[in-house]
Amino acid sequence: MALQSGADQPGADESRADEASPDVVLEARGITKRFPGVLANDTVDFALRRGQVHCLLGENGAGKSTLMNVVFGLYQPDAGELLVRGEPVRFRSSADAIAAGIGMVHQHFQLVPVMAVWENVVLGDELTRGPLLDRGAARARIAELSERYSLAIDPDAVVGELSVGAQQRVELLKALFRDADILILDEPTAVLTPQEVDGFFEIVRSLLDRGISVVFITHKLREVLAVADEVTVLRGGKAVGRADPRTATQGSLATLMVGRDVSFEVDKAPAEPGAVVLRVVDLTVADDRGVPTVSGLELQVRAGEIFGVAGVEGNGQRELVEAITGIRPSVSGSVAIGGTDVTGWNPRRIADLGVGHVPEDRSKDGLVGPFSLADNLVLNRYHRAEFSRRFVVRRDAVRRNAERLVADFDVRTTGVDVPAGTLSGGNQQKLVIARELSADLSLLIVAQPTRGLDVGSIEFIHRQIVARRDEGVAVLLVSAELDEVLSLADRVGVLYRGRFAEVLDREEATRRRCGMLMGGADQHAEEVA
Amino acid sequence: MLLAMVDLPAQDKPTRPPRTPRRGFTRLSRLQTIGVAYLLLGVTLVVQVAGALDPAQVVFLFGLGDGVPQVGVQPAAFTLGTGLLFVLAGVVALGERWTGRYAGVALLVATVLFVPLVLVTSLALSAAGTMNVVPLMGESLRVGTPVALGALAGLYAERSGVVNIGIEGMMLAGAGVGFVVYAVLGAAGGWPLYVSVVVAVAVGGLMAALHALLSVTFRTDQIVSGVAINLLAIGLTSFLRREVLLPLGIGGGSTLPTIEIPLLADLPLVGRSLFVGKPIYFTMFLIFALTQVVLFRSAWGLRVRSVGENPHAAETLGIDVVKTRYQAVIVGGLLAGLAGAWFTLETVGTFDNLITNGKGFIALAALIFGKWRPWSAFGGAVLFGFAEALGRRIQLLDVSVGGFPVPSQFLQVLPFVVTIVVLAGAIGRAIPPASVGVPFERSR
Ligand SMILES: Nc1ncnc2c1ncn2[C@@H]1O[C@H](COP(=O)(O)OP(=O)(O)O)[C@@H](O)[C@H]1O
Ligand SMILES: [Mg+2]
Repeated sequence: MALQSGADQPGADESRADEASPDVVLEARGITKRFPGVLANDTVDFALRRGQVHCLLGENGAGKSTLMNVVFGLYQPDAGELLVRGEPVRFRSSADAIAAGIGMVHQHFQLVPVMAVWENVVLGDELTRGPLLDRGAARARIAELSERYSLAIDPDAVVGELSVGAQQRVELLKALFRDADILILDEPTAVLTPQEVDGFFEIVRSLLDRGISVVFITHKLREVLAVADEVTVLRGGKAVGRADPRTATQGSLATLMVGRDVSFEVDKAPAEPGAVVLRVVDLTVADDRGVPTVSGLELQVRAGEIFGVAGVEGNGQRELVEAITGIRPSVSGSVAIGGTDVTGWNPRRIADLGVGHVPEDRSKDGLVGPFSLADNLVLNRYHRAEFSRRFVVRRDAVRRNAERLVADFDVRTTGVDVPAGTLSGGNQQKLVIARELSADLSLLIVAQPTRGLDVGSIEFIHRQIVARRDEGVAVLLVSAELDEVLSLADRVGVLYRGRFAEVLDREEATRRRCGMLMGGADQHAEEVA
Repeated sequence: MLLAMVDLPAQDKPTRPPRTPRRGFTRLSRLQTIGVAYLLLGVTLVVQVAGALDPAQVVFLFGLGDGVPQVGVQPAAFTLGTGLLFVLAGVVALGERWTGRYAGVALLVATVLFVPLVLVTSLALSAAGTMNVVPLMGESLRVGTPVALGALAGLYAERSGVVNIGIEGMMLAGAGVGFVVYAVLGAAGGWPLYVSVVVAVAVGGLMAALHALLSVTFRTDQIVSGVAINLLAIGLTSFLRREVLLPLGIGGGSTLPTIEIPLLADLPLVGRSLFVGKPIYFTMFLIFALTQVVLFRSAWGLRVRSVGENPHAAETLGIDVVKTRYQAVIVGGLLAGLAGAWFTLETVGTFDNLITNGKGFIALAALIFGKWRPWSAFGGAVLFGFAEALGRRIQLLDVSVGGFPVPSQFLQVLPFVVTIVVLAGAIGRAIPPASVGVPFERSR
């Protein structure tokens, strides 16, 4: 196996870095970057060769984005140096990095949604005729680039009205417009369907053909093996090793990334479904703009099964969950829980029926950051006799409850009185899980339960969800990670444009089939073809 | 299940997205609510008012001089007709589900008719029987000038992402300091007058720079910073007045000269009312045209708009967000200073405490009314100018109903309360720049 562990042999890396090999176009030496309380990058070395795809692999929070933001001039490193084409450089802002031929597509798109594509693209590097913007020249240039790389982008479209995939191509255009020959792509595939990912890799290959070198950030092993020429693995801010993708396996990469052996399988016995607990009939829900994003949706979840909702984000997942939990009023249709019609009920009445809800945005909707752990753990039940005597909260009961849950759910904290907002993402999520899963449940709704978490927390949370299922709770799992849905669910519904394109038993739900459905492919068309 | 929803399109006809859904009770849409108001008003006009009006004609003149066009209106007939139209518009709006786009159009037409209606009824109820329309328009524009300039001051700042409720203070400081300098230089017209205008403009810019320092550099709450600017201006100008102006004993001075725009001033009917005026008044039009071009056609304008929408995106493209916000806020401040000069150096010729009289806040309203677009904000400013000009006239008319005088403030406030309500309903929600009010922190 071609794994060399850089962390174990720092000397070897040093000597290599000093050679300044001629085809290294971008090099970072000993980059250290500290944020208050976090060492995000710890003497990281990294080198990108001309015309290659260099994958930066690491778990969420490993420091990948930080390293590349340093390279792009957005962050100033606390130590270390950068070399572009062998020359030492110091970037004061991203303007300097752009001038050096570096382009970056950020993990969170950096677009102005109300403006046209051409305005977004020329911003900061405007083509002008006299004192005014030269719109015609900009459009011609964009159309030409769009043609050359098959991006299919209309320069006059308003960015906010484009699909996520198209927005990403606009980001690419921004870099190409500036003649970037070093391109950094920060988790570009996170927002794409499996089929779109294939299309995206096509684009990456055409970039390479034109002599552009690419840094490709991801935490998905499959993609590393598909596109990388070279791999650097980050863990906890350190470059812990390099790997040769021709000989590496998913298992070996995962071990390097996580630091120990990991299993991709979730241990679970076959489901034993009971009575229908959640019944959704002909449900239509509108989003904040009044546009119906769930339309005519039908859904049944039985006791003792996990129903997984797969689909690209923005196909109605959020609205569906909010309508079932009573947070968002529905337009038409009905929701029944345990045989009771709860349509139009408020969230507390629904929760009191034994419905647990782990929202997709834990820090915004799941917790009150400045409140203590103990208070956060009774947010949904402080009013019950257990915790309050008339109008007075029973602090001792709240505290005992918190101490018990923190221990049971392995929340790593210095005490139950610290503000919840100070915990790391994984521990915040465990806190929400602890509160919602410790109630007396008949229905559990979990949205994106492991987004942004480390592997250890993911395993723990998955086990908790399966345990609840085995106790006979009906579970509705919504996740943008197809792998997560496939490893947990007993049945899978693929949500596309507000309704289920198909509901599949776990055996029928292959990656390929789900991927097609997520992209809106017509099932019959596939069979004919 | 009990479902009674009026504005739900049938399932098979998804032409329009459903409006804010609410279950359990009937809910009128915004347009329908306004439609009901017009319906009731129309019925009142037809049943109650039309018959009670003096049948004598009221006359509207268009232009100055002899032989200008004039329109005679029979108040009773006009009120009856308008009332019927209001009823019709109300019905069309109520039936929004079937009439679709016409609902909005009908309300807009009704709203446009509202102004002549107020004019006709107040003329009919008063002793006077004639009113000249063109000077009324001219005066609307003139009175609207500081509001319009103030709205632009807000436009530049807010498009760049900085809330500016300090427009009033920037104006007041410009008006006060500008006039004090003029008084010190003798207050006798000539070059000192122009120097003072420049000083007023610069003082507006300085106040804006202070606002930028507080809210962009120190990331103070932008509202608090704006309030601070306003308070500072009040203190500063009343201090200067007491300590400098009053001891000088200069009560007033000559103001900027009236100029005529060649050719245009000789246009029949409207020429003398619209194209004879003072420099800041004319400059205001120029600045609007310029702003439209600068904001939407120049590279700098693109940058200003981008830092107001998504400063982080701008930063990743190498744009200096802090610098751009400073520039935009200061450019706005210069315009607010010019608006200040309009009060003391172009119009009144003296300085009193609080001479700007809340126009800076009205400018902010015009800006929001105009949805952060230059020409719409201009429309808002002129609307407020019109309301004020109309109010001044109606005040002189002694309108009375059955022997009781109607307070002029009542009639004067009516048109624009209604216009705002209806335009807000028919045009829809104003969406501010996405990052306005959000302090920007540089990545490090
Ligand atoms: N601007 C910032 N301020 C403070 N901490 C940050 C900032 N950006 C990242 N971090 C922290 O640095 C660490 C690495 O983050 P990041 O580089 O985004 O990881 P990755 O991209 O690998 O998921 C995390 O612990 C994160 O919380
Ligand atoms: Mg990242």
